[in-house]
Amino acid sequence: MISYDIVIIGGGPAGLAAAISARKSGIEKILILERDRELGGILNQCIHNGFGLHTFKEELTGPEYAYRFIEQVEEEQIEYRLNTMVMDISPDRIVTAMSREEGVVQIQAGAIILAMGCRERPRGALNIPGYRPAGIFSAGTAQRLVNIEGYLPGREVVILGSGDIGLIMARRMTLEGAKVKVVAELMPYSGGLKRNIVQCLNDFDIPLKLSHTVVDIEGKEHVTAVTIAQVDEHNKPIPGTEERYPCDTLLLSCGLIPENELSSKAGVKLNPVTSGPVVNEGLETSIPGVFACGNVLHVHDLVDYVSEEAAKAGTSAARFVKQEKTDVSSGHVVELKATDGARYTVPCTVNVDAMEDLLTVRFRVGSVFKNSYVSVYFEDERIQHLKKRILAPGEMEQVILQKKKLQEKPDLNTITIRIEAE
Amino acid sequence: MYDVIIIGAGVTGSAVARELSKYDANICVLEACEDVCEGTSKANSAIIHAGFDAKEGTLMAKMNVRGNQMMDQLAEDLDIPFKRNGALVVCTDREELEGLTTLYERGIANGVEGLRILTRDEALEMEPNLSDQVEGALYAPTSGIICPFILNIAMAENAFQNGVDFFFNTRVEDIRCDENGIYHLRTGNGEYQARYVVNAAGVYADELHNLVSSHKISITPRRGDYCLLDKDAGSHVSHTIFSQPTKKGKGVLVSPTVHGNLIVGPTAIDIEDKEGVNTTAEGISTLISKAGNTVKNLPMRKVITSFAGLRAHEDGHEFILGEVEDAPHFIDCAGIESPGLSSCPAIGEYIASLLKEKMGLEEKEHWNPKRKGILNPETLSIEERNALIQSEPAYGQIVCRCESISEGEILDAIRRPLGARSLDGVKRRVRAGMGRCQAGFCSPKVMELLHSELGLPLEAITKSGGNSHIVLERTKGADGGNL
Repeated sequence: MISYDIVIIGGGPAGLAAAISARKSGIEKILILERDRELGGILNQCIHNGFGLHTFKEELTGPEYAYRFIEQVEEEQIEYRLNTMVMDISPDRIVTAMSREEGVVQIQAGAIILAMGCRERPRGALNIPGYRPAGIFSAGTAQRLVNIEGYLPGREVVILGSGDIGLIMARRMTLEGAKVKVVAELMPYSGGLKRNIVQCLNDFDIPLKLSHTVVDIEGKEHVTAVTIAQVDEHNKPIPGTEERYPCDTLLLSCGLIPENELSSKAGVKLNPVTSGPVVNEGLETSIPGVFACGNVLHVHDLVDYVSEEAAKAGTSAARFVKQEKTDVSSGHVVELKATDGARYTVPCTVNVDAMEDLLTVRFRVGSVFKNSYVSVYFEDERIQHLKKRILAPGEMEQVILQKKKLQEKPDLNTITIRIEAE
Repeated sequence: MYDVIIIGAGVTGSAVARELSKYDANICVLEACEDVCEGTSKANSAIIHAGFDAKEGTLMAKMNVRGNQMMDQLAEDLDIPFKRNGALVVCTDREELEGLTTLYERGIANGVEGLRILTRDEALEMEPNLSDQVEGALYAPTSGIICPFILNIAMAENAFQNGVDFFFNTRVEDIRCDENGIYHLRTGNGEYQARYVVNAAGVYADELHNLVSSHKISITPRRGDYCLLDKDAGSHVSHTIFSQPTKKGKGVLVSPTVHGNLIVGPTAIDIEDKEGVNTTAEGISTLISKAGNTVKNLPMRKVITSFAGLRAHEDGHEFILGEVEDAPHFIDCAGIESPGLSSCPAIGEYIASLLKEKMGLEEKEHWNPKRKGILNPETLSIEERNALIQSEPAYGQIVCRCESISEGEILDAIRRPLGARSLDGVKRRVRAGMGRCQAGFCSPKVMELLHSELGLPLEAITKSGGNSHIVLERTKGADGGNL
């Protein structure tokens, strides 16, 4: 069986950054397995700008951002295989992959980095009633058709969901000559970034209707109209509030789901809130030597954070391969919890002995909070209390933990992140 | 001029076509849609019923039990998946326990084998996720699960192999019988003539029947909404779980599918529109609430799609099979609602033997009952799979990630006789797009394959024929590069 020190599943932004960081940590035999025909992942179809402000202090398009990393992968001569589908991962880190050229191959990996990204929630999962004609797309599929294949799905568009891809596609479809009639959002707030609402909807006079959902889809062969209605506090449509929009296209941008079918088949423990693996401070999953980063771990808002997180997974995997890792059994492990408006944390546990001097803990909130505080508790003691003018589910938040602070508390079991009024 | 024209390429029409193809006759099938399996056949519970439900002595009972018996051989001949997973009719009301005995006795009278009444404990042992309210159950080991698309497609392909012509996008608009007893069928695609006509037009069978007969029949489309759950949830139950029908009405079933998903449904709502396959919010919420009556902890968050199908309910609630009294040589297969899928092979056999008698048909010397299915590489060992990929590299390229479907399988689906011509055609043949992302990732790639195989422009590729195109036109400047 062929073997590699590190096998990275996925050649999108997470996989690329993880590979480069593992190489910089001194690992020679690295292999990236990518199912698509080129490296870069979903960034290749994100031809709008706004990527890389944090990483490169400039605004890049998705392909440009990806290219910065692809260039480094090429320079570092990191091996990658395209059009290669990983079929299986075993708990003892045997990766089974398949391609046209090589058929089914098994690869023994010293460490595995999961970087498979996420997929969009389909219409069926939303239980939207009505017909099932042509003309209904998840926003990302439409984005691929328009930006990669060069075809326009339709001319009159309704969008359900105000996730970032939906917002971006509202602008793209408008620029391509289509009329976007309305963006309906089930929640009383948008799931996307504030800047995308301003730049993609407001700038083009596209109405955003919060607390609205699709209650009917008409058209037997092709979409002919979509009816939306306002919803009450239980997200149930309110009779009498229906508005019918004649249209030929319905785009759905109703959430992303980390693609963890391979992970869970291998026995990786998943967090039901994020649908991503439960990881420790080194982004290692419940299976030793299997790491996760990027949208397969939790859905990110900005790719810059994906790259940062993936670099960490790369370093951790390198340490694992070089067996520099602190023995977990002997370490002081603290559990991280999210309550009172905070929905989850990544990572879920911290081994105080193994952690670096500073640890970034990322999380999201469950609803909109204004003039609130992000608080960090060591057991019942409040350690951090940061004022935030606004906290929204569409944006990722973070707190930073200091190793020396944790070391001062040898009996510490639980760190809790809470959103507080003051 | 044909000896026999069969109207409709659903499971009934295709089963009749296959059985008739045994005989020396000139046969064709006229289908209104662009593919086989486009009506009632494509949206149902996908169950091969044991046969205890229909009233003793009815055609429904006879055809169901016979159809069930025929299914193993048929599945083997047609190389299609079929599993006898057994069914439980669950009683959750002590007052209604007697009803299980009634069903049991009816099943015995119908000739159903292996029926057994289970106590609460026996039922729970067999199926731990049954509702805590379970009082007893009727166990029917011969009940099975099948893929209705593949059954339909395979029967049609086999009929085609044996010489039956198929014409798609050919809706019969009028039927007239001339003085020589020849039927003239006017379609959107010109006129077809035949000495015999088999009416297997599903929800439209009444309209065609009423064109030739003064004894009118009336078919009401009875809509059933369904939810399909992710394969993650596919082992929540292993048997098909029915709710015992009571005075309070019929419940919904919960069953694994032969491909490993979980299906929940159907509702039963009589409508007027014969194309009214839209789901409704009430329908779906009824399903979700009723499903919990027999099975607990159903993971309804795992729903990947919901859909609705129409049962062709005739007022008499009985299959109408045979020659129409005042229209000689016009054979009805009407009112084929549940258990129509289970009964279709028996209906095919019955109608074919009836026509054999009437027409004096001779058996063909070389009739081939076997059809080779689309190769599923997942059934191969790694060595076999590698040998396949070496000779046919397209089998090494996964197109549908969720269901792990390779380009090779999709090309086979398009290239084979009566091959796929649309995204749904591909989906029903090889399941590309049937998984948890519901074609989000694979549809652009399947479109490309259809485009290159069929030589159609991308704008002409459809979801399911007609006006269901996926893309409208090229984007501005997409041809750039040719400056």
